[in-house]
Amino acid sequence: MSVLVDNNTRLIVQGITGKEGTFHAKGCAEYGTKVVGGVTPGKGGTTHEGWPVFNTVQDAVASTGANATMIFVPPPFAADAILEAEDAGIPLIVCITEGIPTIDMIKVWAKIKSSKSRLIGPNCPGVISPGMAKIGIMPGRIHKQGTVGIVSRSGTLTYEAVHQLTQRGIGQSTAIGIGGDPIIGTTHIDAMRLLNEDPGTEAIIMIGEIGGTNEEAAAAYVREHVKKPVVGFIAGQTAPPGRRMGHAGAIISGGQGTAADKMKAMTEAGIHVVVSPAQIGETMAKAIGK
Amino acid sequence: MKIHEYQAKEILAKYGVPVPRGEVANTPEEAAAVARKLFAEGAGGVVVKAQIHAGGRGKGGGVKVARSREDAEMHVKNILGMQLVTHQTGPQGQKVQRLLIEETAAIDRELYLGIVLDRAIGKLVFMASQAGGMEIEEVAAKTPEAIYKESIDPAVGFGAWQARKLAFALGLKSTQINQAVAFFQSLYRAFIETDSSLLEINPFITTKDDKLFALDAKINFDDNALFRHPEIKALRDVAEEDPLEVEASKYALNYIKLDGTIACMVNGAGLAMATMDIIQYAGGSPANFLDVGGGATQEQIEHAFEILLSDKNVKAIFINIFGGILRVDRLATGVVAAARKLNVTVPIVLRLEGTNVEEGRQILKDSGLNFQVGATMKDAADLVVKAAVGVKA
Repeated sequence: MSVLVDNNTRLIVQGITGKEGTFHAKGCAEYGTKVVGGVTPGKGGTTHEGWPVFNTVQDAVASTGANATMIFVPPPFAADAILEAEDAGIPLIVCITEGIPTIDMIKVWAKIKSSKSRLIGPNCPGVISPGMAKIGIMPGRIHKQGTVGIVSRSGTLTYEAVHQLTQRGIGQSTAIGIGGDPIIGTTHIDAMRLLNEDPGTEAIIMIGEIGGTNEEAAAAYVREHVKKPVVGFIAGQTAPPGRRMGHAGAIISGGQGTAADKMKAMTEAGIHVVVSPAQIGETMAKAIGK
Repeated sequence: MKIHEYQAKEILAKYGVPVPRGEVANTPEEAAAVARKLFAEGAGGVVVKAQIHAGGRGKGGGVKVARSREDAEMHVKNILGMQLVTHQTGPQGQKVQRLLIEETAAIDRELYLGIVLDRAIGKLVFMASQAGGMEIEEVAAKTPEAIYKESIDPAVGFGAWQARKLAFALGLKSTQINQAVAFFQSLYRAFIETDSSLLEINPFITTKDDKLFALDAKINFDDNALFRHPEIKALRDVAEEDPLEVEASKYALNYIKLDGTIACMVNGAGLAMATMDIIQYAGGSPANFLDVGGGATQEQIEHAFEILLSDKNVKAIFINIFGGILRVDRLATGVVAAARKLNVTVPIVLRLEGTNVEEGRQILKDSGLNFQVGATMKDAADLVVKAAVGVKA
């Protein structure tokens, strides 16, 4: 079992004719995802690497029955691409693009928050349900099908956690990279709720980082609702305040968003919080008795 | 991106926000001329303000009021060129390269205004407080109820009614309300149209003759939106930034200098932060944050090495790579080439995982160079901390 992505996923790629779009469309297809086409305005009616290309998302959905989209559109146009996908009624929108202006995302969020579409990202690696399908840029082969769900703001730290699990023979249900921007479509608490309600997920890894208060909100949810074992890690314990640590959202500002605050909230919620990223796998192994 | 106060005030003035009369000066002569002009135009006094990006300038001695031309010239002489130390500059301080000379105002009340993103609700929030001139973080922590907030619907913008609510909450006089509404709405327009990420007027003042002014102004901009604001990008003052960070930005490397002894080179922002954390956990201290990204080229890796090695505190280098998109063999080739070319003498510890990891490890082994490879992240962190301690200062 899994959430968000599975064998029924029918994926289109917005920006499929670009270098990144092409590379990762192939990557997803090779992993087993049903990639059914792509969108590049002006190239409708052509085919690219064997996939039909459409001018609009609406055309793509009408012709292919797509129920998910992966966005590789450059930052100046990516917010518009998300809104187009939402308007076409695509249930799952995964935006990989990094560098979207915050003011653009404020407008997107105003639309998306009450929409039937779910947005993952932007500035994220995507979502993978090992053994079934992936929508994103993560290396598929480090994963193993199983029952541990992962939610993380960071790409490489997600791979790190996955790798530590797989090496111990522990598989994953779904790994959700929610993205490193200040405004994202799916936050820790949303992803935590999905994984908690998924019968195929028996334990959860939650990886956060400095900036904002989403981890605290998710911790409050865990305390109230989650019976499954949760292992947590917060990156940026040594980060100085006021500096943007790579991710646009990874900044301690106005006294908010420190690693210490997040770790405290998570510990108080009963989450097994590790201080070193090297301990994620072994701590989960212990928590689930493996 | 940060800018100076005088630049922020120039932007705000364009949007119709009232700022005190004044001009920027780069030399003592220019500063004296501005002061002379202001006094000649009837100013009762002038304030000489050091222009550096860091806050806390007044406490550090970088802001002085003068009642005469002679006093003004004395302050100019003292402040221009000084190493101004504030709580935000670090102990070495920041050299004052230019001054803002402004007319003093007959201050009645000192208040606070700010616009920031509230991440929890995904909206901009306009904040106002009667606690002007104080650190707003302190006010927020101790007396959150003393900050009035209006969150802004992006579809309709910042309403006049919201500006009025804040103006009344601040206790402004009825003769000041209309001015305040125009003032606040101009701030919002400036924020939106310049893609700001933070705008603060602290203090926002009322004068004894019922006027309103932005006595200080701070604007930060969203780096992600600079592509559509070349005029704002041009305001960047690299003299205010760490020279190594400026160098790194030329090669699209995400580098932040810290004050430890173990340099790190990592792919991915999250893993880069976590690498700093694990170094500390192993008993060392990180010298920097560096994310080389998912598609680092050979050239970028070489430049990254150069930057890490120009930090004189660095005693060892920790390369922590989880190759997803970035292939480990390609990275290893880059590391070997760079280490040879730059004749690196400090110990290098690597931890490699991911795509083509075996080939990558072989390339390191075959290079004949002195690399240490940790089997796991923890092992590598322990190795690099040991290596750093072993190197004499």
